[in-house]
Amino acid sequence: MSAQPIADNLFTEDMSALVGARNRETGHIFFPLPLTPDDNIEPIRLASRGTVWTYTIQRFPPKAPYAGPTDPEKFKPYAVAYVSLPGQTMVESRLTGVDVDNVKIGMEVELTAIPLDPDAPADEQKLIHAFKPVQGE
Amino acid sequence: MSDVCIVGAGIHPFGRTEGRDGMDQGIFAVKQALADSGIEWKDVQFAFGGSAASGNADNMVSQLGLTGIQFINVSNGCATGGSALNAAVSAIKSGEYEMGMAVGFDKHPRGAFNADPSSYGLPNWYGEAGYMLTVQFFGAKIMRYLHEHDISRETLGRVAEKAFRNGVKTDHAWRRSEVDLETIMNAPMICDPLTKYMFCSPAEGAVALILASERKAKELGVPIIRLKSSVMRTRPPGSFEVFAASIDNERGGTATEIASKAAFEQAGMGPDDIDIAQLQDTESGAEIMHMAENGFCKPGDQEQWLLEGWSEINGKLPINTDGGCLACGEPIGASGLRQVYENVVQLRGTAGARQVPGDPRTAYTQVYGAPGVSAVTILQR
Repeated sequence: MSAQPIADNLFTEDMSALVGARNRETGHIFFPLPLTPDDNIEPIRLASRGTVWTYTIQRFPPKAPYAGPTDPEKFKPYAVAYVSLPGQTMVESRLTGVDVDNVKIGMEVELTAIPLDPDAPADEQKLIHAFKPVQGE
Repeated sequence: MSDVCIVGAGIHPFGRTEGRDGMDQGIFAVKQALADSGIEWKDVQFAFGGSAASGNADNMVSQLGLTGIQFINVSNGCATGGSALNAAVSAIKSGEYEMGMAVGFDKHPRGAFNADPSSYGLPNWYGEAGYMLTVQFFGAKIMRYLHEHDISRETLGRVAEKAFRNGVKTDHAWRRSEVDLETIMNAPMICDPLTKYMFCSPAEGAVALILASERKAKELGVPIIRLKSSVMRTRPPGSFEVFAASIDNERGGTATEIASKAAFEQAGMGPDDIDIAQLQDTESGAEIMHMAENGFCKPGDQEQWLLEGWSEINGKLPINTDGGCLACGEPIGASGLRQVYENVVQLRGTAGARQVPGDPRTAYTQVYGAPGVSAVTILQR
């Protein structure tokens, strides 16, 4: 068995997009899809490209319920951003493929998936969503 | 209509007190408030009180005396103290009671508040993937604000520097030594752009306020501080709150803007009429944003305010004269009432080394917290 998404209904089946939610009455779009089914809420495919609206850098290993690597020797600070998806919503997401000291508001980014713990055995890896700089930017 | 008045105020020092639990700190504050107003527990007709982590406030009666009074527990997150005060004011305004109490206390363990995703309606992966941290929210929110309004990171440092400077002069503060700007700026980064000195810590402490109708207050013969407004509000659409897996592209207002506007209307005043303000400063950025959200300056002007010292104790609008949450720490149940306590002391002119000069007559408080709640008071001597 290969790496699996950290949860069902986070990504579309082909992992090419995040699954968001749309309120059928108001049109309001948000993320993620709620755990409890609701007739008023339909799943929608979120845009896989957007821009960094804001960000911060998580500089210390979080406590539980964090399930990634927490060994202070090995912990690598990670960027957490709100990525604005045009016409939809802003999704909170890790950034990858960019040094934490080079993140900028307004960066163009696209969706990918990264292992929560890169050092975990391949068959135990859980994939989380992240956005990476668009090539050539 | 006649005003509700604050006739007594008591505080248990904030910070860490080994061997005294949160409720005992609450009892300490109540006894001090009773002595301050020259009344006894049996004279108190009702109470509203709360804590987030130290038990039900109504259990205090077993130590204060079984007088049979109405005692209602308040649980409203970061607005617990403000909501208790709000309810107490309404009880007196209604005419049902003439004198009562608002009390808040807490004792939190060290370290940032831990949160469970399910209690925020979030899936478990949100916590497992490393998003369930309040500090990330604070960092991301002020990062955007600094960018949008062209404010430097030094301004965040100056807020913290002022807080510690004021804390030195404050008996009830936790952090009682100055920290210079360079140390604040070069300290370990927690969540960019905020270093460790720019965050408050969960702490311990308690505050009790005795409230009375104007008639009763005059009868007591104590210095009268009038509560011109006490307002609590929740968030509008498009606000930016903690633990949000998504936020709307279309940005909206804030709970504080709504509460502030209502409070000024209720008092028949505007921001220019205020002599002192205590604003929520969970971290340095919060004080900066709240200066504008409460109408005291335009977004972006905070840079100049901090550079010129306009929010210092001797400035044109002293802000967080007791060092705020940054110097006092944040016991959730007591924090909003601490701001009111500080204003009572300032308006009476008994704040000692940190006394705001020029005979201040009006004072403002604003507490803000999860999940987008804000409570504002305006006091007048």
